[in-house]
Amino acid sequence: MEAAPVIHEFEAVIVGAGGAGLYAALELARDGVQTAVLTKLYPTRSHTGAAQGGICAALGNQEEDHWEWHMFDTVKGGDYLVDQDAAEILAREAIETVIELEHLGLPFNRTADGRIDQRRFGGHTRNFGEAPVRRACYAADRTGHMILQTLYQQCIKHDVRFFDEYHVVDLLVEDGVSRGVVAYRLADSSLHVFRSKAVLLATGGFGRMFRITSNAHTLTGDGVALAYRRGIPLQDMEFYQFHPTGLAGLGVLLSEAARGEGGILLNGKGERFMERYAPTLMDLAPRDVVSRAIYQEIRAGRGVDGKDYVYLDVHHLGRAVIDEKLPDITDFARIYQGVEPYTQPVGIQPTAHYAMGGIPTDVHSRVVVDERNTVLPGLYAAGECACVSVHGANRLGTNSLLDILVFGRRAGLDMARFAREADIPDLPSDPVGPVATELEALRSRREGESPAKIRRELADVMMDDVSVFRTADTLRHAQGVVDGLRERYRWVRVRDGGAHFNQDLLEAREVGYQLDVAQVTVAAALARQESRGAHYREDFPERDDASWLKHSLACRVDGAPELRYKPVTITRFTPKPRTY
Amino acid sequence: MHVSLRIQRFDPDRDTASHWVEYGLDVDPMARVLDLLHQVKWEQDSSLAFRRSCGHGICGSDAMMINGRNRLACKIRVDQLGRKISVAPLPGLPVVKDLVVDMDGFFAKYRSVHPFLVNDDPPPAQERRQSQAQRAVFDDTTKCILCGACTSSCPSFWARPGYVGPAAIVNAHRFIFDSRDQGGEERLQILADRDGVWRCRTIFNCVDACPRGINITRAILEVSAAIVEKSA
Repeated sequence: MEAAPVIHEFEAVIVGAGGAGLYAALELARDGVQTAVLTKLYPTRSHTGAAQGGICAALGNQEEDHWEWHMFDTVKGGDYLVDQDAAEILAREAIETVIELEHLGLPFNRTADGRIDQRRFGGHTRNFGEAPVRRACYAADRTGHMILQTLYQQCIKHDVRFFDEYHVVDLLVEDGVSRGVVAYRLADSSLHVFRSKAVLLATGGFGRMFRITSNAHTLTGDGVALAYRRGIPLQDMEFYQFHPTGLAGLGVLLSEAARGEGGILLNGKGERFMERYAPTLMDLAPRDVVSRAIYQEIRAGRGVDGKDYVYLDVHHLGRAVIDEKLPDITDFARIYQGVEPYTQPVGIQPTAHYAMGGIPTDVHSRVVVDERNTVLPGLYAAGECACVSVHGANRLGTNSLLDILVFGRRAGLDMARFAREADIPDLPSDPVGPVATELEALRSRREGESPAKIRRELADVMMDDVSVFRTADTLRHAQGVVDGLRERYRWVRVRDGGAHFNQDLLEAREVGYQLDVAQVTVAAALARQESRGAHYREDFPERDDASWLKHSLACRVDGAPELRYKPVTITRFTPKPRTY
Repeated sequence: MHVSLRIQRFDPDRDTASHWVEYGLDVDPMARVLDLLHQVKWEQDSSLAFRRSCGHGICGSDAMMINGRNRLACKIRVDQLGRKISVAPLPGLPVVKDLVVDMDGFFAKYRSVHPFLVNDDPPPAQERRQSQAQRAVFDDTTKCILCGACTSSCPSFWARPGYVGPAAIVNAHRFIFDSRDQGGEERLQILADRDGVWRCRTIFNCVDACPRGINITRAILEVSAAIVEKSA
């Protein structure tokens, strides 16, 4: 750490190379803006590639559809906590975005007449909730893979500069202006300062703070925690989505597309239980509704053999449909559960999947820092790490792929404008000082416990106390445990003292990010005394619009989260009771 | 069950050569090799280095040589391997540390085949049309996750590191046979080079190694046939 940092200068820096980061990079490159993309992995390893089922846009290729219907479904799906100006942009720009992806080469499945094929997905309906609609455009069950590949291909075509396996470890924000980032190069432990006019955080989610999750091991909330540490509030962190169909035990995602194509959920008695919870949409109700229903069946002793999982059954779709439209997820069942989906049902349980909350932004993906939506000049966020908010209290399936593309692109466009207008900011006097000290402290400590143990205990308490059902008691318990883990974390020890590919050091740092994000999640969940979308409080089981139709903002005050609130933007759809 | 896991270790800060280290582990037969590596890293020696991310065979980070064959660590179970398991880095690529190899050369070859759609016509207002049959022709090669298992399993690549390798050819195939693409001629020219498709000796190691089940040798032969057809 003694060597002087390497200083780079760019007009725009993008942190994260998933869909949001790559689409922004592509827009900037097409505009001739000098851009660097930093990723702690290789770009094609990003978790966008794990998205399966589809991306919704009201193309109307299979049946009548309108962006207003899509917007309504998004708002209702989010239990009316969605900012409707943002949801309108999402639903309208979905159409041009999907068409552009096709033009960029994405190999969508096709209809008989050669147009983009579309299928049903949870919570997406025709005519404001009448029945499921075919809205999800898809490429088998590897839509995210194809999006990631297509955008990476286009970035190669446009000579985007990548810095692979560079971990961003600090944001340079001084006097209310973004000035760049500090990154740690995994290959040789060198520190790099990227001085830049505009910075985009596109670092994805943080599902790894739960024991059962569909998320990659690398999704540890880095960008979210770094922003929080630099004084940016985190919005709506109490809303965390559990996807109903994770592979039992492992949490690997089995796409909602399985139900979109006609798959059904069965409890241990072989009953199609969703008939009782959502009579109209049944298995295609939104994820929060289905995940709660599964937990209720399990609690009532109707899990498989009385255990903590139920069944997803696709065998009646037949081999041809399974092989053509659901090849990957049925393979997961074979490999990880030893089950043959052609003939057998697959054991599933809800799995931690998606953060609705994150770094607050406006509809140009600019980070905003208070209740009045004051912009922090030069700093942007898009994708799962951001909260614009198009998902409100519960995201609909496919809308995350849409979010990363629509608002990743908007970030790129606005960053290009900003880069033309702004001067390159000055760096702080000692840009690497604070983070170099933290890293050195971690690396030089000779005694202490392993960060892996703290990570495991964190994942356990978050799963047991802060998942689908919550009460003041479980949340207070979690709060105590997380505080204790945070204290222990101050004394962890990294075993690897080497300078090359020191993952040990960076994993230890990631645990620190996870602890910050978990602390905020618990505090926001404890404060919100109502049930809305994915946030279900058994001690406050009703939605309470009079008191709680508002976004939370968790600000870091004296090292602990303090909750503030800001209003929801409502334009077209006034809140109504939410039934399916 | 109890397994013996041998891992090929190399620390560039200390070692001049790789060496094997053996770990005894009690594991579930349904556990994946990735779970075993995590068990070692999180409970015995956190300095063990290996890449991994998604943990279910989609991101392509954790390709390595397992019991002598290239596999994704997250996609192969203990019960498929037995009680003695050995794990080494992908062969034919420079080792950075433990199971981590330098992938830069691999990605450079990928980039060399123009792995992106080339179509200079002004796009229509709607999607470009493509029939289901046209789409099916290149479906298989769209599955590639760039893990490197195929190229680093190829004896032709070991013998001649300049060979562009199966992964790059697969990604060229994905565009050469896409009805919307206009860059096929150039790609075929690149692959007609002496380090192109003719280095393939149809040994089929790549097909065995591919975690996505892509019929790589067939894709290479289809590209070769297209080159022959073009020059005929």
